[in-house]
Amino acid sequence: MSEAHAEAAVHAHAAPTGFIRKYIFSLDHKVIGIQYYFLALVAVFVGMFLSLLMRIHLVWPTAHLPLVGEIKPETYLTLLTMHGTIMVFFVLTTAPQSGFGNYVLPIQIGAPDMAFPVLNMLSFWTTFLSFVIMLAAFFVEGGAPLHGWTGYAPLSAIPSAGPGQTLGADLWIISIAVFCAASLMGALNFITTTLDLRARGMSLMRLPLTCWSWFITAILGLLAFGVLAAAGILLLLDRNVGTSFFVPGGLVMTGIPVKHQGGSPLLWQHLFWFFGHPEVYIAILPGMGVASQILSTFSRKPIFGYRAMVYAMLSIGLLGFVVWGHHMFMSGMSPYSAFAFSVMTMAIGVPSAIKTFNWLGTIWRGRVRFYTPMLFAIGFVSLFVSGGLSGPFLAQPQLDINLHDTYFVVAHFHLIMGVAAIFGIFAGTYYWFPKMFGRMMNERLGQAHFWLTFIGTYAIFMPMHYLGIAGHPRRYSQLTEIKFLEPLMSLQEFITIAALITIGAQIIFVINLFWSMFKGPKASVNPWEATTLEWTVPSPPPHDNFGGRVPVVRHGPYEYAVPGATRDFVMQDEEQPVQMHS
Amino acid sequence: MGVALLVVIWLITLISSYFFYTGQWSPLPLASAHGGAIDKQMALTMVLMGVVFLAAQLGLGLFVWKYRERSGAQPATYTHGHNGLEWTWTALTAVLFVGLNLMGYNVWAANRIHGAGPGAMQVEVTGVQFTWYFRYPGPDGKFGRVDYQKSDASLGNEGALGLDDTDPAAKDDIITGVLVLPVDREVDVTLRAQDVIHNFNIPAMRVKQDAVPGLMIHTHFTPIQTGEYEVACAELCGLGHYKMRGAVRVLSEQDFNQWMAERQDEKQQQ
Repeated sequence: MSEAHAEAAVHAHAAPTGFIRKYIFSLDHKVIGIQYYFLALVAVFVGMFLSLLMRIHLVWPTAHLPLVGEIKPETYLTLLTMHGTIMVFFVLTTAPQSGFGNYVLPIQIGAPDMAFPVLNMLSFWTTFLSFVIMLAAFFVEGGAPLHGWTGYAPLSAIPSAGPGQTLGADLWIISIAVFCAASLMGALNFITTTLDLRARGMSLMRLPLTCWSWFITAILGLLAFGVLAAAGILLLLDRNVGTSFFVPGGLVMTGIPVKHQGGSPLLWQHLFWFFGHPEVYIAILPGMGVASQILSTFSRKPIFGYRAMVYAMLSIGLLGFVVWGHHMFMSGMSPYSAFAFSVMTMAIGVPSAIKTFNWLGTIWRGRVRFYTPMLFAIGFVSLFVSGGLSGPFLAQPQLDINLHDTYFVVAHFHLIMGVAAIFGIFAGTYYWFPKMFGRMMNERLGQAHFWLTFIGTYAIFMPMHYLGIAGHPRRYSQLTEIKFLEPLMSLQEFITIAALITIGAQIIFVINLFWSMFKGPKASVNPWEATTLEWTVPSPPPHDNFGGRVPVVRHGPYEYAVPGATRDFVMQDEEQPVQMHS
Repeated sequence: MGVALLVVIWLITLISSYFFYTGQWSPLPLASAHGGAIDKQMALTMVLMGVVFLAAQLGLGLFVWKYRERSGAQPATYTHGHNGLEWTWTALTAVLFVGLNLMGYNVWAANRIHGAGPGAMQVEVTGVQFTWYFRYPGPDGKFGRVDYQKSDASLGNEGALGLDDTDPAAKDDIITGVLVLPVDREVDVTLRAQDVIHNFNIPAMRVKQDAVPGLMIHTHFTPIQTGEYEVACAELCGLGHYKMRGAVRVLSEQDFNQWMAERQDEKQQQ
């Protein structure tokens, strides 16, 4: 790096004074990070509300709900489609990467801002636009699409395939394409910032694991979102212009012959999952970074096997791109390719296990402090193990015959990329809140939130494994038509009740968040006694982060319990000598 | 707090494992010849993953309790890790995961790479929003031409598939709404779809395969038990997905032959 670059970025924009430039069209990475965070917060409540309607409909199909009325089977499928899409794009991609990454990464690497502040602002507002377009799909004629978040062609490619498949489906595709553009801008910014704006002494092997996770996630985003955008455009052309990328000849849809010919429905699946599988890691890698950071801080111990953690994340990122075919074992693609996809998928179990062992190793012989961020980080590890271990079932094509498209899959990905990732977001929120807002969150409310969410999550998703093993298909809006599903109804009811309680518990979080923002006790510069650079600057940090000072990094990111040191932690930029030994 | 975490993590782990262990929610009773190998691989995976699950979760609960901060406790150990340990568990998990995978390959190969035997009975299965049609080639052993673009569901099963009567091979084709099969004889299924992707799933037979428009996909299985079985579509195919139910009736060879003869008589009279 170069201080020259860093200084250029400082001078690129002086602290704005007007409300609009300060809080709306801001170029400050911290404001943009918070904007992303609040966008994700709105999205997560929309997404949760949709899932609640789905759960209620499944067990009480004729219930009349206030405002919504009775949910019809086709409405159920639109809820399912929009729930999945909103959660994956606007929550799991937005909060951990664009939200926390934007806020924390520049400070952690000792930079005054992101490399391209204007591009950063543009990527947020493009994401916002994408979210508005997505929500608009609910309000157009025909309503939102029902083709699932995977949008498999020809169901998604032919407007007559069902209600919501006309304008609603077009809006869905346009929204995703716009989101891809925003994510590409964000990814470029993260990569450049990490490579170019690190403070002196911040070698790659001294980067906090959070920064590594955001950096690797950005690379994944750069490679994956471009493909999805291209696939989306092709789908849009198929739907509106009469091209035939994904629709073969000779079809009859709802009694009407289809004019397309020569396309391949499997092509959509290949393109979609080439994005879709790395997307799983886009959702979970930042959570791994945050969990590592927090486990080390609150165990008062260096991370166990820092280098192994970095290499494990790199291998997960790399392998993430060569395993998309495991989503397609039942699709009719060549059964030989299943061998390759299967063995590479199982191989991801190895770096994932390394991470788990090293998290346990970090706690081992530490001095664990149970603040709320730590509770959520411990919860993350537990959920990561539970969600991860159903992977080797699904990675074997022969077992996929039993489990593909059952509730077992729903349980697997909700645990690993849904709630584990969300536990990462919660952990990050409780951890960085003092830095972001200059106040502390309430510990008691935080603990209540943790216990209800942790137990509730298991109560929702663990029974889904049993449903899946018993053969219960997913995406069924009513469970009355198939006889072998009857004995499973009571389990479905249990899950719905658990979901009602768990979603209700999130109100505690919202109250804590907003109450603490205004009324919480003032936070000190370093309330958790952590070592990384963001804890060397005031809470909240000034406009250019370091107040014109250029930090110099002298240590790795996790120097806790250093023998002979004056305190049990050594800040990254402290001049205190640390005798390294492994 | 450490005790609470220990108790909750252990309880969640043990209760979850208990329900996996008792198997009160297990796959439907097996009704096909190849399914035994699948169930066996499933059980093996369950045991191995179960051991890892218990070890990791119980270890996590134990560690957070044992190493909690309290007065008089030892300070945290200053260590950056241990390369020998890293290599050990990397190698162990690689052997576990990849080994488990390799052990199951013959099951997949038998099911998907090797086709049906030469004596297998031919059946064509077509998925249409939101129903299944089953076609038998008749005495000539050949399926006649179909053209979905000419399909008209109001003309019954044959019309729905767009069966081309001018093709001699189509004259003896029999199309039904229920899949009737003789017991202990291998079936070679040709899967097709008329509109969107469906999935032909007979849970009791451990049969599952997408039916993709534009493709003809083969799968094969041998029923080993007479009785009625349900087909449940396992790929999102539109608003009626939840009711895209099919039926498989497995008869003794004698009953099947009689049923088939009746269908052929009906066909002759048309």
